[in-house]
Amino acid sequence: MKLGDIAHSRAGDKGNISNLSLIPYNELDYLFLKKQITEEKVKSYFNERIKGSVTRYELPHLHAFNFVLEAALYSGVTRSLALDPHGKTLSSIFLMMEIDPEEYRKYRHLSLSKTSDNH
Amino acid sequence: MKKQKAFIRIGSGAGYSGDLIQPAVQLTEEGMIDYLIFECLAERTIALAQLQKLKDPLLGYDPLLEERITAVLPICVKKNIKIISNMGAANPLAAADKIIEIAKRLKINKLKVVAISGDDVINVIKDQDYKLIESGDSLSVLKNQLVSANAYLGLRPIVEALKLDADIIITGRVADPALFMAPLFYEFNWDLDNSDLLGKATAMGHLLECAAQVCGGYFNDFDKKQVPNPQSIGFPIAEVTSDGHYTLTKVPNSGGIINKATCTEQLLYEIHDPKNYITPDVIADFTSVKFRELAPNQVEISGATGANKTGKLKVSLGYKDGYIGEGQMSYGGYQAKERASLALKIIKNKLQHLGLSKYDANYDLIGINSLSKDHGKETPDEIRIRIALRTKTKEEAIIVGQQVEALYTNGPAAGGGASKSVKEIIAVQSILIDENLPTIQLTTKTIES
Repeated sequence: MKLGDIAHSRAGDKGNISNLSLIPYNELDYLFLKKQITEEKVKSYFNERIKGSVTRYELPHLHAFNFVLEAALYSGVTRSLALDPHGKTLSSIFLMMEIDPEEYRKYRHLSLSKTSDNH
Repeated sequence: MKKQKAFIRIGSGAGYSGDLIQPAVQLTEEGMIDYLIFECLAERTIALAQLQKLKDPLLGYDPLLEERITAVLPICVKKNIKIISNMGAANPLAAADKIIEIAKRLKINKLKVVAISGDDVINVIKDQDYKLIESGDSLSVLKNQLVSANAYLGLRPIVEALKLDADIIITGRVADPALFMAPLFYEFNWDLDNSDLLGKATAMGHLLECAAQVCGGYFNDFDKKQVPNPQSIGFPIAEVTSDGHYTLTKVPNSGGIINKATCTEQLLYEIHDPKNYITPDVIADFTSVKFRELAPNQVEISGATGANKTGKLKVSLGYKDGYIGEGQMSYGGYQAKERASLALKIIKNKLQHLGLSKYDANYDLIGINSLSKDHGKETPDEIRIRIALRTKTKEEAIIVGQQVEALYTNGPAAGGGASKSVKEIIAVQSILIDENLPTIQLTTKTIES
């Protein structure tokens, strides 16, 4: 199971910094992503690519996250030797991250039963 | 005093310098808009424009200005749609003159164009001691390479220009959202020191500034994110009431889609800390933004707030930083990956013998490792090699493409479709200056009947 099965993303660039949004298709999955897609996990997923730190910003009202990847664009769009100097394609590469389907099933089961308890 | 409108509609006519022109024409024809905004300046565009201006003092504005203005001006004049754009780039005055020339040619007999200049601060800052934000070095290290220095101005000069009753306002570097925010503060007499009003307007401006990107452009992902009529995506319109209600929509029957998902993607596009989105006018806070779908392709935006501006302006510095030479060649079919890898090895060896291995280089197998790392999965039937080298001189950069092209007769079997390029690097760094440092000037050019 891939991250892209349950969430979407868009990459942006400013200088040598890339930002990746992460937005679940279903708002219910926000807390699952919050637990699973940590700064450390993103940093190690892109390992040699990101020379700086990864910061995750949470937007609970929008059920979305913004990941800021420092020194991730080979010195930025103007100097980069990369085929995709903006790092535009990083969003869809991010969505290839593996998700544990068992964890996901457990989470969904729990949150659905919680939701029905509330009614 | 002018009569205050209950609401206005602002159309976004371009998301970047090379964007499509037809959707902007559609906005003027069917969008019932009061304002048409063209945001056309990427980070380094102004440095490239500055180089043009150095060659010809009548140039240095957006290369598509003539085409865009010619396409929309007659209908904008007829319907009294005001145009605001940063297509002035490095030369807003020449851009204003050009617009007057176009208007005369189109037999328009009344027009007021206001050019805003003063963002160009190169002469003010170049001998001062500033610290570069990105590298931490002193500005003096770029001294001989510096091409341009433009401060991101805020919305105030644009509001001033609107008070002069301008039909068209043409700027150089201003903060992108400011182009969209100014009409609101002008039309509704909003307080320019009210951070919450500024924060909300910033969210709107930010959502509009990339045009189609909030309407299903750059969004389509096959079955996961479907976009109706992706061949004719309409550009966005913000309808804003005088009491601060914001609705995002587009021309009925245009292609594309506006919903919570497209808005959320665009709100977070190119921002870092959503609580502290720093602009010249306000520190906007997007953390409490909410999107509500009122009807198909109609989304209400609420919840943005703001805190007092920093009093500083960011200045983008463009500087010459050498060259990139590039060459590409394709390999297909039988043992494609082996032959492509061999070709890369040969080029690497050649560049080393030519004394070019001191430079940073990329050796890509497009189709395998040019965007992400090689996962060692099944090999595609076709692979394109790409070598890119960052050099000090143009002569050195040219060698890369020559060597790759020579693989035709000297390299592994059956390489095809060679291409080569050389480009000068105009790199960008930034500094912060006091907001009062630029001397801002408004220049009016008119046609009077």
